Amino acid sequence: MNLLEFTLLVGLGSLAAGFLGSLTGLGGGVVLVPLLSLVFGVDIRYAIGASLISVIATSSGAAAAYVKEGYANLRLGMFLEIATTVGALVGAVVATRVPPAWIAVVFGVVLIHSAYLSSRAPSSREEAGTSDAWATRLRLDGSYPTPSGPKAYHVRAVPTGFGLMFGAGALSGLLGIGSGAIKVLAMDRAMHLPFKVSTTTSNFMIGVTAAASAGVYLNRGYIDPGLAMPVMLGVLCGALVGVRVLARARTRPLRIIFSLVILVLGVEMIYNGLTGRL
Amino acid sequence: MRGPGWTDQQVDQIVGNLLRVGVIVAAAVVLAGGALYLVQHGQTMPDYRVFHGEPAYLRGISGIVSDARARHGRGLILFGLLLLLATPITRVAFSVLAFALQRDRTYVVVTLIVLAVLFYSLISGGG
Repeated sequence: MNLLEFTLLVGLGSLAAGFLGSLTGLGGGVVLVPLLSLVFGVDIRYAIGASLISVIATSSGAAAAYVKEGYANLRLGMFLEIATTVGALVGAVVATRVPPAWIAVVFGVVLIHSAYLSSRAPSSREEAGTSDAWATRLRLDGSYPTPSGPKAYHVRAVPTGFGLMFGAGALSGLLGIGSGAIKVLAMDRAMHLPFKVSTTTSNFMIGVTAAASAGVYLNRGYIDPGLAMPVMLGVLCGALVGVRVLARARTRPLRIIFSLVILVLGVEMIYNGLTGRL
Repeated sequence: MRGPGWTDQQVDQIVGNLLRVGVIVAAAVVLAGGALYLVQHGQTMPDYRVFHGEPAYLRGISGIVSDARARHGRGLILFGLLLLLATPITRVAFSVLAFALQRDRTYVVVTLIVLAVLFYSLISGGG
């Protein structure tokens, strides 16, 4: 297989990953690294570098649309980005110092966890009636558009959310993923934000978080242009098409299939990491 | 540009457009670089099984820019990726300005901290 054929195949694989990732809301990054390392035999460090690039592209592209709709809470996002960017920097530095096999094992655990999360029904809990002291001081409360006019909401557990965001950033930097699932979890479950606000604000933050690790990756030679090119373009196109289809597709069966694929990939990553094949 | 007193909605609109244009321009440069790269090297064998890391001159901004100016495919792709990287950074820098115009000192500080982390990463590569 020469470089031209390899590039086309990687591009097609990335297109599928971006399409399914945006359709199911799980993001493309989570399947890209296993795809590149297990199927194409790419060293996990190159795979992580290319994946991180595609995360910046899709996050910025999608956030452009979401921000205009008025769901994303820019103040909250900006405040939490302190935690995610510092976390991402730490994660990326750790990634360059630990054996690649460890990264594969951690990646596998995160995949299995994502599969578990996505197999559960979305939460339906009460929205917060009051804000905590931090939310008031930082003016984090906001409102979002509904058919019957803007609806106000409050923000709770700011310190807990901030701490979880550091963890989300560290995983993003360590594994080259957006870690949107953990960001949404922190905002939805801990901070009690409306679900649509959580997902759009998370998406808005992913690009900045990933940009904080990208500098480290670039500096250590993890970002190979020949590999990053088909991955970035493929995932971006796939995600754009996925968003269009999303409006009129039934995603529940697809989500279940995709969760199973992620589960299998997670087990494979752990197995290959432990046996020293990655 | 309307000067002092941008509303949050206006800021949302500008940020949204900024992100969109950044991604489109970056993708176009990467595509052009990719076409050049495949014309130059398409018949060679890919080698990603063993990690060598990129050569030193392709790990920093100045080296990438001069390689792109020399019309090398790899350098041009990386230049496009730098533009992509600049998109969220520009968004944060713009937010500093927007919060300053809203006279929101707390968030000027918050945003400057995020910007400092991003520049630290890009310039020092994590030390």
